[in-house]
Amino acid sequence: MSTPEREPRIVGFLCNWCSYTGADLAGTARIKYPPNVRVIRVMCSGRVDPTFVVKAFAAGADGVLVAGCHPGDCHYIDGNHKTFRRVPLLSRFLEGHGIDPRRFRLAWVSASEGDRFAAVVKELTETVRALGPCRVGAEGGEAAAEVTP
Amino acid sequence: MSRPRIASYWASACGGCDVALLDVHERLLELAERVEIVFWPIALDAKYADVEALPDGAIDLTLLNGAIQTSHHEAMAHLLRRKSKTLVACGSCAHIGGIPGLANLFNREQIFQAVYRDAPSVDSDDVVPLTRTETPVGALELPELHSTVRTLSQVVEVDYSLPGCPPPAERVWEALQAALDGALPPRGAVLGATDQTQCEDCPREKRELRVSSFRRIATEQPEPERCLLEQGFLCLGPATRGGCGALCQRSGVGCRGCFGPPPGVLDQGAKALGAVASVLECDDEARAAELVGEIPDPVRSFARFSIPSSLLRRRSLP
Amino acid sequence: MSESSAARVGVYICHCGTNIAGKVDVEQVAERARTMEGVALVKDYKFMCSDPGQDLIGEDIAREKLDRVVVASCSPLMHEPTFRAACERAGLNGYLMQMANIREHCSWVTVDKEAATDKATALVAGAVARSRHLRPLQRRRVDVNPATLVVGGGVTGIQTALDIADSGRRVYLVERDPTIGGHMARFDKTFPTLDCAACILTPKMVRVGQHENITLWTWSEVERVSGYVGSFRVTVRRRARYVDEATCNGCGVCQEKCPYKAPSEFESGLAKRKAIYVPFPQAVPKVPVIDPAACVYFKTGKCKACQKLCPTGAVDFEQQDRLVEIDVGNIVLCTGFSSFDAARLGAYRYGELAEVYTALEFERLCNASGPTGGEIRLKSGEEPRAVGIVHCVGSRDRRFNEHCSRVCCMYALKFAHLLKEKTRAEVYNFYIDMRCFGKGYEQFYGRLLDEDVRFVRGRAASVTDHAMNEGERGRLVIRVEDTLVGQTRRIPVDMVILATGLEAQRDADEVARRFNINVGKDGFFIEKHPKLAPVATATDGVFIAGACQGPKDIPDSVAQASAAAAQVLTTLARGSIEVEAATSVVDAERCSGCRLCNTLCPYSAITFDAERGVSAVNDALCKGCGTCAAACPSGAIEARHFNDEQMFAEIEGVLHDVHA
Repeated sequence: MSTPEREPRIVGFLCNWCSYTGADLAGTARIKYPPNVRVIRVMCSGRVDPTFVVKAFAAGADGVLVAGCHPGDCHYIDGNHKTFRRVPLLSRFLEGHGIDPRRFRLAWVSASEGDRFAAVVKELTETVRALGPCRVGAEGGEAAAEVTP
Repeated sequence: MSRPRIASYWASACGGCDVALLDVHERLLELAERVEIVFWPIALDAKYADVEALPDGAIDLTLLNGAIQTSHHEAMAHLLRRKSKTLVACGSCAHIGGIPGLANLFNREQIFQAVYRDAPSVDSDDVVPLTRTETPVGALELPELHSTVRTLSQVVEVDYSLPGCPPPAERVWEALQAALDGALPPRGAVLGATDQTQCEDCPREKRELRVSSFRRIATEQPEPERCLLEQGFLCLGPATRGGCGALCQRSGVGCRGCFGPPPGVLDQGAKALGAVASVLECDDEARAAELVGEIPDPVRSFARFSIPSSLLRRRSLP
Repeated sequence: MSESSAARVGVYICHCGTNIAGKVDVEQVAERARTMEGVALVKDYKFMCSDPGQDLIGEDIAREKLDRVVVASCSPLMHEPTFRAACERAGLNGYLMQMANIREHCSWVTVDKEAATDKATALVAGAVARSRHLRPLQRRRVDVNPATLVVGGGVTGIQTALDIADSGRRVYLVERDPTIGGHMARFDKTFPTLDCAACILTPKMVRVGQHENITLWTWSEVERVSGYVGSFRVTVRRRARYVDEATCNGCGVCQEKCPYKAPSEFESGLAKRKAIYVPFPQAVPKVPVIDPAACVYFKTGKCKACQKLCPTGAVDFEQQDRLVEIDVGNIVLCTGFSSFDAARLGAYRYGELAEVYTALEFERLCNASGPTGGEIRLKSGEEPRAVGIVHCVGSRDRRFNEHCSRVCCMYALKFAHLLKEKTRAEVYNFYIDMRCFGKGYEQFYGRLLDEDVRFVRGRAASVTDHAMNEGERGRLVIRVEDTLVGQTRRIPVDMVILATGLEAQRDADEVARRFNINVGKDGFFIEKHPKLAPVATATDGVFIAGACQGPKDIPDSVAQASAAAAQVLTTLARGSIEVEAATSVVDAERCSGCRLCNTLCPYSAITFDAERGVSAVNDALCKGCGTCAAACPSGAIEARHFNDEQMFAEIEGVLHDVHA
């Protein structure tokens, strides 16, 4: 008996001033994109603690998107600088845990880039779908089940 | 009035925690007078059967060090939990996974391949441990190696933790005294440690923390009075619970995080890497990538002791 | 802080007419929401933002004893204040309300109905999970000192100061030159009306000098700023003029008799002024300043003619700089621009060839009170037979400034017109584009086309004095590619005027840091929002106006000046302002003083208390970005309303697997 491949679930952290507003604009413009990204609002992409990204994967996300203002445009001046400082190291940390770095994406989306938001979502969803579900050492000790030879 | 019974067991361990207990030196004799040590593989001849024979809860205090890596460790964890009133996860391995936790970057097949086939000193053909081997005189059983190393609290309910690799001998002694004097804090507490991070006890001068490059003590000498991380020497002190008095930092080496995360931090590795990356001096993502390229192994550098206790627990099984 | 206290979540799913309900099966989402942990009731309604919709929430809070509210509807950027207010009216703190965006982020962007319903469910699950960890927050108000500091006394600073002072409040106007007036005072005529700059500016300058509510400090600079919106403490250095402002009566005898001279800054170096001087006759205040570098007394101890002759004894060689501290509630920066240094563009030979002038130099040549009495003459005294005006000098140029300086086309046209008026010279304008965007500007250009000005579309490549034929001997030659005819040309002229661009002041970086604002890539101060908040900055209480925000002409500068004044007056009218409630806070018990956060705050809101060995966040400065909380390695910093607990709950919530 085969079960249909579960739809990829992607968690998106969007900053209030640019990317969240950009995503809203995509909505107002009725631009259609895949429904796989579930948005979590933060005030600034700099709020995104790498722990959140790890938590998302650990809780079952197949992909994670962090979207913020273009560098130089951050509402809080340089919050997004801290974001891009963290991303390369976090990417490699995830890779070291067997999570393909293509599942984790940093994107700059301004408040006026509704179409860009939709394009980023579409691209990431396709990438994650092609990679399949992200299997991680899930919570609750599921990994312990993998003890028999 | 019978003396309190204490026990100590080592699971996937190096022996360091036992040595830490032994390092109380002559006070050990004082301890032996005050308590009855019913089980301590490194030092006594008591058998598993002796433990099994005890009524449940008969052992007042058990210190269990080492991570849970085999079916035998797991069984012993459950056994000692049943037989003990108070169970302490002693040392990094039992507390957060410790060095054995690094095995979570592999699975059993990969470990067997490396240890029993590829290692240069192996001279036999494909001999790996088997859980059951029939021989003419009966079956031989070996514990099963788990692909995933776990902390003690992921297997049984733990009453207290005593962090450190190993916990400083003084901290072990204080914990024992507190237990015997009935002066332990409420269940669930972390003993022998503070609620702040290493920076609280570290004597090095902290100015503004920014990192412009990463350096290694293998090739360079850090300035003795200044914060190590500020100088570019990776130190997990800011993300590590205090209690050892910043021993490594005082010795010119960056903290490696063996005391685990401070209270409220779910994932020491993720927190530590986030903190260090946040203060990199760079203007764009490419430069950030270049700078952190100087850290060859982010997982082992930031989560050296804490992989099993982290959010992801392990590398995805292939 | 524990979940158990937040046991009763009310969930409201909005249909938004058919905007949501047309795609999302709201009844099914409601059904699923009923099974979510902590949910006490779930309702769906056509328009939650309407009065009956809001009343629904209010009634339920009271009757059902709800302690958290989730509204699944449009974007919070649309209606968060609405629903927060609805909760507040019912006695529930507005910060205990969480929205799920199932319109802009769901119904409007998803094709498949089932997928949209599943996504809406997940978003609601995230909101419900998060809501259970929300805690009440209070917005605080801080008092605002009614005095305002205006930095810079050009036309922008003058306008701002007058607007605020006219409302009855005190203004401190600090200007580092000896007089107010700025660049505009040096212009001859202004485009497109050809008003005399000084004629329209000096009445305002006089008003400033006489205004009972304006404390005018010229020859002064702001040295230090501390505090935050509503209560800034500013240290101003009042430099020594060596003349007592109180006793000087502006008679001018000192300047008449002073035997020593130096190049006049006001005249762009084309004329001299005395060692004791007032930059121009209409200066405000009309109190001279002694330039120690030119004054013989300071060099040798001799002379003192000014002091001997001064009828009121106002000259005081012993005068010292004074540091004055003032308290203000708001600050407006009107520090203007600086001209592109034409010497950097070697091809135009500025500073090497005598008849190559910058725009500001040419303004003085045109001006009736300038070095040539308003007559356009070469250094030889002759009238030029041909003049070339080169546009975009240092602007629209990746080697120097990529930006367009906005005013140069217009002032270059103005120069062309004035040349036609004052001389019989041929006039050539070498331009890339003709930017005449303002009111009356295009018409002014049209006028010039009728005045027989030659327009060559091409960026002038170089200016040379190397003659290649008889017609060029003794003259300057401009080499240019005339793109409309597709040929390179050599055009002989006698005078070249460089339309030098506008740049930020040379010390803009330093000034920005002093006032805790930022500069953009182009060097000008950054506004809070380029369209919707052009005079505010990311730092509350600090405003920018005029050319310091970006190149602009006089009408726009004056408009921004009044805009900034209006924004200041808004806060003064209330007497207090609200500060952000969702700020970050350091738990001093958990902070170990690693100081990692200290360099991260864009608002310098984090300080380190060396005695206690802990860092702390200044609540009034914190804007709640949460960067410090994300970085803090010990988890000692909490980003209120976006704390770790709330974030983790939301992450788990949105990953709600509908079909699990």
